[in-house]
Amino acid sequence: MIEVKKVTFIYKEENKKEKVAIKNLNLNIPSPSFWAIVGANGSGKSTLARLMNGLLIPTYGDVIVDGINTKEEERIWEIRQKVGLVFQNPENQIIGMTVEEDVAFGCENLGLSPKEIEERINFALSSVGMDEYRNYPPHLLSGGQKQRVAIAGVLAMLPKYIILDEPTTMLDLRGRKEILNIVRELYEKEKISIILITHNMEEAVLAERVIILDNGEIKFIGTPREVFNLESEIFKWGLDLPLVTKLSKILQERGFDIYYPILTIEELRKCL
Amino acid sequence: MSLIFLENVSFYYLKNTPLERMALEEINLSINEGERIGIIGETGSGKSTLIQLFNGLLQPTKGKVYLKDKDIKEWSIKEICKTIGLVFQYPEHQFFGETVFEEVAFGPRNLGFKEEEMEKIVKRALDTVGLKYEEIKERTPFSLSGGEKRRLAIASILAMDPEVLVLDEPTANLDPRGKRELMEYLNKWGRGNKTLIIVSHDLDEIIPLIRRVIILHKGRIIFDDSIDFLFREKQKLIEFGLELPQILQIVKVLVEKGYPIEGYMTLNEIAEVVLAYKGYLASWKH
Repeated sequence: MIEVKKVTFIYKEENKKEKVAIKNLNLNIPSPSFWAIVGANGSGKSTLARLMNGLLIPTYGDVIVDGINTKEEERIWEIRQKVGLVFQNPENQIIGMTVEEDVAFGCENLGLSPKEIEERINFALSSVGMDEYRNYPPHLLSGGQKQRVAIAGVLAMLPKYIILDEPTTMLDLRGRKEILNIVRELYEKEKISIILITHNMEEAVLAERVIILDNGEIKFIGTPREVFNLESEIFKWGLDLPLVTKLSKILQERGFDIYYPILTIEELRKCL
Repeated sequence: MSLIFLENVSFYYLKNTPLERMALEEINLSINEGERIGIIGETGSGKSTLIQLFNGLLQPTKGKVYLKDKDIKEWSIKEICKTIGLVFQYPEHQFFGETVFEEVAFGPRNLGFKEEEMEKIVKRALDTVGLKYEEIKERTPFSLSGGEKRRLAIASILAMDPEVLVLDEPTANLDPRGKRELMEYLNKWGRGNKTLIIVSHDLDEIIPLIRRVIILHKGRIIFDDSIDFLFREKQKLIEFGLELPQILQIVKVLVEKGYPIEGYMTLNEIAEVVLAYKGYLASWKH
């Protein structure tokens, strides 16, 4: 479980105004689970992600990952191993000359035997469907493939949690679908907890629970259906509804017998 | 007269080297004044290359590019800038002005617009994208929010009053509100005589703004027709292995269920069809 206890985070830079990014926030994310975090730009999503794996340390309050406080400096690597972070731009995360090297980088620093590293690379690459590209130079991959390699690099650490910070923003529809399928499989088959930060409401629908952040505070936690059942609040927080949900609301308003918001194309198919 | 005309254009990066790579192949394209066009396609399909041919930033490896019936090679850079405004991806990464005013005034000054008109020009450009001149003219561009920065970058191109505005993935990285706002301003811009060309990998976002869609796939044009026609021919996207945008997924389900949806419809119009035919379709099945 990741416990966020009364956490406030303030960015302090010289000659600049202090910025309170997270305000007295409480949150427990159980394991395994698949949660999404949504919110407008500047709502604190990325800050929260970085607090959860110890890249940032709370100004006030505590973040506790499976019993370890992120303030315990000597155990920070344990936390980073448990909580993997995948960023938005795959270009900035690739360091190896080959896909294999890139995936191995993290676990080579763990002092593992070559055999163990080999096994982890095999596991990581097959989990993201990139086995064939093992000896490929990463810069020749598509955006979606690069992002899969970035996820494999995190997977090789055998994390218990993976936080993905807008992993599909730079990808086209195909790349987006690839990543979302992988994320879902990691959760369902490997029981790795997924925390998906996204601007895309269709992606949030895939999660078990959705957290809405606004201005450093949690405004709402609920199932996707509860979240997208909210009316004007969604827009007030800078968000939107999935397109099918918009259609179902229009139908509802005009007397069509739909009792809950439709969230996916498949649901739409069933109720028409 | 075509505004932009591409005749048998191919473009290869690093031609005649071992790293040679085809980006565009045999492109024939004619764009007329006042059109509203979306260019869509996957990453690497050639979208960004194509628009850089429009304003001569790239020269075709084969074929010819004409702007107003004159070979683009015969145009001066200043003339091109007055005609075509190109907004790159992440344009805010290129800010250099100390103030918002300076940032917006840079382009028109270079094109020789009169200094005494500069305030009016800057104000009008900022207005177009919903930024308040008096409130932000003295601020540094870097102090604006993500959505405001993007709009400022677009205003700095609009200040040159181009006849054609070309935007490369204008909503990338914006949150849903930022996207909505930007799309509303772009939709209003230059209705009637100005030409709008938007490159995107997400048709859902730009669909209300455009009438014509060009789909690139592996460097070739696989579709160039009205939005209306795309709604009928969505199968074509599937044949090429492309993912359907949400709106077309919805339409596909409805058509499969027997709802008569032919051609482009907004969500409201789709809802009307559903309401009108639901009972009829149900009784027919029984």
